[in-house]
Amino acid sequence: MKKDETIERHTIAVLVDNEAGVLARVIGLFSGRGYNIESLTVAEVDQAEHTSRITIVTVGTPMVIEQIKAQLDRLVPVHRVMDLTVEANSVEREMALVKVAGTGERRVEALRLADAFRARVIDTTHTSFIFEVTGAPTKIDAFIGLMRPLGLVDVSRTGVVAIARGPEAM
Amino acid sequence: MAQELTGAEIVIKALVDQGVDTIFGYPGGAVLPIYDALFQQNKIRHILVRHEQGAVHAAEGYARSTGKPGVVLVTSGPGATNAVTGLTDALMDSIPIVCLTGQVATHLIGSDAFQECDTVGITRHCTKHNWLVKSPQELTRVMHEAFYVATHGRPGPVVIDIPKDVQFQKGEYTGPQNVVHRTYRPKVKGDIEKIKQAVDLIANAKKPVFYTGGGIINSGTVASQLLREFVRLTGYPITSTLMGLGAYPASDKQWLGMLGMHGTFEANNAMHDCDVLINIGARFDDRVTGRLDAFAPHSKKIHVDIDASSINKNVRVDIGIIGDCAHVLEDMLRIWKSKARRPDKDALSAWWKQIEAWRARKSLSFKTNDDIIKPQQAIQRLYELSKHRETYITTEVGQHQMWAAQHFPFEQPNRWMTSGGLGTMGYGFPAAIGVQIAHPDALVIDIAGEASIQMCIQELSTAVQFMLPVKIFIINNEYMGMVRQWQELLHEGRYSHSYSDSLPDFVKLAEAYGATGIRASKPSELDDAIKRMIEVPGPVILDCVVDKFENCYPMIPSGAAHNEMILGDDAEGATVSEEGKMLV
Repeated sequence: MKKDETIERHTIAVLVDNEAGVLARVIGLFSGRGYNIESLTVAEVDQAEHTSRITIVTVGTPMVIEQIKAQLDRLVPVHRVMDLTVEANSVEREMALVKVAGTGERRVEALRLADAFRARVIDTTHTSFIFEVTGAPTKIDAFIGLMRPLGLVDVSRTGVVAIARGPEAM
Repeated sequence: MAQELTGAEIVIKALVDQGVDTIFGYPGGAVLPIYDALFQQNKIRHILVRHEQGAVHAAEGYARSTGKPGVVLVTSGPGATNAVTGLTDALMDSIPIVCLTGQVATHLIGSDAFQECDTVGITRHCTKHNWLVKSPQELTRVMHEAFYVATHGRPGPVVIDIPKDVQFQKGEYTGPQNVVHRTYRPKVKGDIEKIKQAVDLIANAKKPVFYTGGGIINSGTVASQLLREFVRLTGYPITSTLMGLGAYPASDKQWLGMLGMHGTFEANNAMHDCDVLINIGARFDDRVTGRLDAFAPHSKKIHVDIDASSINKNVRVDIGIIGDCAHVLEDMLRIWKSKARRPDKDALSAWWKQIEAWRARKSLSFKTNDDIIKPQQAIQRLYELSKHRETYITTEVGQHQMWAAQHFPFEQPNRWMTSGGLGTMGYGFPAAIGVQIAHPDALVIDIAGEASIQMCIQELSTAVQFMLPVKIFIINNEYMGMVRQWQELLHEGRYSHSYSDSLPDFVKLAEAYGATGIRASKPSELDDAIKRMIEVPGPVILDCVVDKFENCYPMIPSGAAHNEMILGDDAEGATVSEEGKMLV
């Protein structure tokens, strides 16, 4: 029996009861069992129902990915686990705040590139900008890469949020 | 109808409403209000242990032998941390435990108060779920939810951490009937299409084997009965894990004995050569599978488990059925009968012929002599002299545990309590106390080693206090025998710290506690000593002095396959591969 060793990247959405320690449970599961977390986001999505949605981007062999989903699903406060990479056609977005410091030509170039990426300026001084850029993680990577020679000083990224296309709820 | 009670009263009322009659515990500052509420009632019996680890193991023994959840009450800080080993043990072996821990008052949490620890943080990884109850209003719901979570799906331990102020404050109490869990609803019925496929596969097998585990025991006696019916209907051979012993009667001719690292030659070879492997309620543990890439290499595999995460975790299977063993077995039987399935008679008789050839190797045999007691002999005599009674066996961990599994046959489920997953030395004696509490008239024996027994020996005081006639049968070889056996196999016999030096005189030790001590050093003394141990009322230690150098065989060395077993008669010079040395 040959094991499939190809490494896949999956985006998994987890709907949980927003109770104390639920995030620690999810993170503890990944660290305790040696799974990878590429990105993780969490926020309450329904105040009345006290539910939060966690979006995890992880990598692993198909067997590991299957394990991760099963392990998440058996956590007591978990309502539902959905593998957005296989179960649905989904959209993924990430937001980043990117601080670029500089003057003169580099400053103008940063602004010009930001425009091309539809990044918004949300704070400015005579020597710096903070850009808000939204898109797929690869787009944000590209934007940060372009800003690096232009005076990139600080980056804050949200991690990936994702949702299935079409009319159905999770 | 809701009523106002203090937090401590809510705890007691909820326990009573959940059908709890016994709890195992140890008091301390942060649980005093609950202990006060206990003092003022007479529906729940409290068994005072001498160490919190003992409380959890006792609750495990109680749970494993009754099928009911075991309940533990301990204080904050060291009370909770001492319970961690027991909780982890229960998690690994899927034992339902509800552990109540006291906590410092809510306003002190996080201030490094006296006997404060982050109990929910520490126990998050060794429980199925846990709760910190911050107000008495949540307490009633959490108490009932805790029992539900511990006992439904794959059973396991849960912790409820209750700050001291919450135990004093008043809140509303409601009964268990109104509690519905928001998220946790494990599936018990298996997918019927998959069960049909499984039955087809089973019926068409040429060289099938049933491989069953603790899931059958956890599912209840009905699962055991259904398993027996199905296995007999097929005529197929059956083996089981350490945790599953007793689900199928060991006296039956289809029984191959335990499989795995110290399993029988016939069970392991049947696993290796089978064409259809039917795993019901076992989890492909590394003690069972040996080298994974050589595990049952020519077989189609069926796996029934209530925990979806057990399926395809270690071993890829062809048909994975998520569900409770009893429900799935019931469906399998119904489908088998309705389709009038018949096993392939010719193939099956050839398969049995092969199995009988393996069985003829008598892999559990050993040589006795007149001078020294062999450990296997001690266990066989113990069985012969106790088999006509209602006997429950617990064990510690090591060689004696494996010998007990090999040489003490079980006919019924729930009679065998051992620490399988975690391998906790010190488990057996407190577990025996829990079993004895649940079955006051039964004969309860902890088969122990001289090293393991010292890890929870303090509970002898508990046994004496509550007049529990638990028998401690020490297989005394003056070594941490399994450690020594591995040092021989892996480290050229360099016995680094595996000699049990400065042992106490176990006879005097028993007497010092107010129990009875007996010693047997010669084969001629063995039977009388065992008879006396059984007949003497109250707790007894039988110090059975055995051959110091006997090793536990047969054995699959780590990193080897099922058909590469070391047998007792050719164990001399056996070695382990370099890869195998990395494994435990």
